[in-house]
Amino acid sequence: MLYRESGQYKTSYTADQAIFPIREDRIGMAILLIVALAIPFLVSDFFLNAIMTPFLILALAAIGLNILTGYAGQLSLGTGAFMGVGAYSCYKLTTIFPDTNIVILVMISGLFSAGIGVLFGLPSLRIKGLYLAVTTLAAQFFLEWCFIRIPWLYNYNASGAIEVPERRGFGDIVLTGPSAAPMTQYFIVLAIVVVVTLAVKNIVRGRIGRQWMMIRDMDIAAELMGVRPLTAKLSAFAVSSYLCGVAGAMFIFFYLGAAEPSAFSITLSFQILFMVILGGLGSLVGSFFGAAFIWGLPIVLRAGLPAVGIGVGAETVFHIATMIVGALIIFFLIVEPHGLARLWSLGKEKLRVWPFPYG
Amino acid sequence: MDMLYSILVDPFVQMVELPDFFLQVLWEGFVAGVLYALIALGFVLIFKASGVFNFAQGIMVVFAGLTLVGLHEKGVPAYLALILTIGVMGVLALAVERFVMRPLVNQPDIILLMSTIGLTYFLVGFGEFVFGGEPKQMITQELGLPTGSTALEIGDGGLLILQHIDIAAAVIAIIMVGALAVFFNKTRIGRALRAVADDHQAALSVGISLNQIWAIVWFAAGIVALTTGIMWGARSDVSFALEIIAFKALPVLILGGFTSIPGAIVGGLIIGIGEKIGEIYWGPLVGGGIESWLAYMIALIFLLFRPQGLFGERIIERV
Repeated sequence: MLYRESGQYKTSYTADQAIFPIREDRIGMAILLIVALAIPFLVSDFFLNAIMTPFLILALAAIGLNILTGYAGQLSLGTGAFMGVGAYSCYKLTTIFPDTNIVILVMISGLFSAGIGVLFGLPSLRIKGLYLAVTTLAAQFFLEWCFIRIPWLYNYNASGAIEVPERRGFGDIVLTGPSAAPMTQYFIVLAIVVVVTLAVKNIVRGRIGRQWMMIRDMDIAAELMGVRPLTAKLSAFAVSSYLCGVAGAMFIFFYLGAAEPSAFSITLSFQILFMVILGGLGSLVGSFFGAAFIWGLPIVLRAGLPAVGIGVGAETVFHIATMIVGALIIFFLIVEPHGLARLWSLGKEKLRVWPFPYG
Repeated sequence: MDMLYSILVDPFVQMVELPDFFLQVLWEGFVAGVLYALIALGFVLIFKASGVFNFAQGIMVVFAGLTLVGLHEKGVPAYLALILTIGVMGVLALAVERFVMRPLVNQPDIILLMSTIGLTYFLVGFGEFVFGGEPKQMITQELGLPTGSTALEIGDGGLLILQHIDIAAAVIAIIMVGALAVFFNKTRIGRALRAVADDHQAALSVGISLNQIWAIVWFAAGIVALTTGIMWGARSDVSFALEIIAFKALPVLILGGFTSIPGAIVGGLIIGIGEKIGEIYWGPLVGGGIESWLAYMIALIFLLFRPQGLFGERIIERV
C-alpha cells in the first residue's frame, strides 16, 4: 500500500536501470537528504560533532572496506592504517600547499592511500582468506610504525602527533582547525560522503563492480569468463583504499582535529570491519547501518546505563558498554549473519505485501 | 657501499665479537618464542577441532591471568585461586560452546571469526568490570614459581644471564606440549578430538558428540591460556596490553601451519628468535622498533615459498 512498485511502468531501459527505480525509494531518499540537511539546525553542536560527523566519516570508511571484503571478497585487517595514510598525506599536502582548498586536498590524499593499498594488495594475487588477512595485518603494523618513526610525516613535531592547521575556503569560512564551526564541518563531510557514495554505487553497479562480485563468488569461473583477476583485485584494493584514505583524512581534519599514530591502530580496523559485517557484506546501505550501530551503541549505552541506574563511575559504565557491545555483536551474528541490510530488505519485502500478507 | 656493508657485514661481525651478548639475545628470543608458541597452541587446538579461528585466544590469556590475580587480591589463597581460575575457564568453555559456537554452526568462516572478536570485546569488558582495568602484578612467588637469575660464564669473561622464571616457562611449556600429545594420542577423548579434526560428519556418524568435543577443546585452550597468562604475566604485568601479542600468533601459525601442534612450537621459536635478532642487529639501521612488524614480514616472505606452513596439510587455496 505504502511501498510497492506495481503500476510504475518503465518505458525505457535507462529508466529501468536507474539507481532508485521505485518512486517510493526516491521519495524516501529525498526525505532523508532533507533531514540530513536540517539536522544541524535542530540539534546541539556537541551532538553534531560527536555523533553525526564521525558517523558519516566512518560510514565512508566502512563502504571502502565493504568494496574490498563485501564486493571483491578479500579480507582486510589494515583499514585503520590505510585511513592513516590518507590522514598523513593530507597533512603533508596542506603543509606544502597551504592555499589550496582543503576539500580538494582531502580528495587527493585518497590517491596516496590507493597507491599504498595496491602495493599491499599484490599478495592477494597469490593467496586468500586468513592468509591474506595476515598480509594486511603486516600493512597495518608496518604503516603504524612508519607514522611513528618517520618524523617527516609529522613535520618533525616534538609531540609526534599531527595537529590540524586552520584553513579557510569557500570565501573565508574557517573549514578546519579548532575554531571551525561543527556545522560547517558537518556539511562538508555530508557533501563529500553523499557524492562519493553515489559514485561508488555506480561503480559497483557497473562493469568493474560486477567483475569484483564474480571474483568474490568464484574466482576460477570469473577468470574463465574473461575477468582478469589482476585488474579486478587490484582495482578493488585501489578503490577501497582510496575511500578509506579520504575517510581517514576527514577523520583527522573534520572530526578529531589532532591525532597520534595510535588513532589508526588495529582497533580502528576492527571497528570498521564490525561495521561492515554487522551492516551486511556487499551492501552500501548496510555500511551506514553498521556505522550507526557500532559508533552509536557505546554512546547510547554510556548515556543510557546511568539513567536506568546501572553503574555509577564513568569507568564502570565504559566497561559494561564494552561488554554489551561484544555480546550484541555475537547476538546479531547469530540472529542475522547477513547483517542489518538483510533485515532492512526483509522489512521492505514485508511492507510490499502489507496489509494483505496472504493476498 | 657503506649502506650494504652495514646491512650485510656489520651485524655478523657484532655477533662474532660479542658471543655472550649474541647468546643472550638468542635466549631472550627463545623465551619470547615459547610464549608465542603457547598462544599459537591455543589457536591450533580450537582450529583443528572446529575450524574456528579463535581471535579471543589472546584475550583469554589476559582474562585467565587477571582472574587468577584478581581472585588472589580478593583474599583467596594462591593455589585455591589457581583451581578456581581453572574452573572459571571451564565455565567459559561451556558458555562459549553453548551460546556462541552451537548457534553459529555451519556459518561461513568470517562470521565465526567475527564472533570470536565479539567474544574478545565481551571478555575485555567483563574482565575490566570485575577486576578493574589497571595493570596487575602476577603472583609469581605465591604460586611457588622461581624468581631470581643465574649468570653463566661463557668463553673469556662473557656472561649469560638466565631468569629462573624463563627457564620454568620453557620447562612448563615442554611438559604441557608433552601432556597434550599424550592426551591426543592415548586417551579416548583425544582420539575423538582427532576424529572431529579429520572429518566432522564422519565423527558425528560414529557417535561422537561435537558439542562435547568443542567444550573440551575450548577448555583445553583455556588451560593453555592460563599457563601462558601466568608466564607472560610474570615477565611483565597482567594487563590488556597483552592483547597485542595475540596478533603475533598469526605469523607463527602461517609458519607452522594452522593445524599442526609441532608447527606452532617451531613457528613460535622461529618468530621469537628471528624478531629479537632482527631488532637488536638490524633494527638500529632503520630507527628501531621493527619488532612490531618484522614477524609479519617474515611470515609474508614465507608465504611466497611454502604457503602450507612447515608442518601443515597441503590444503591452502592458491589463486
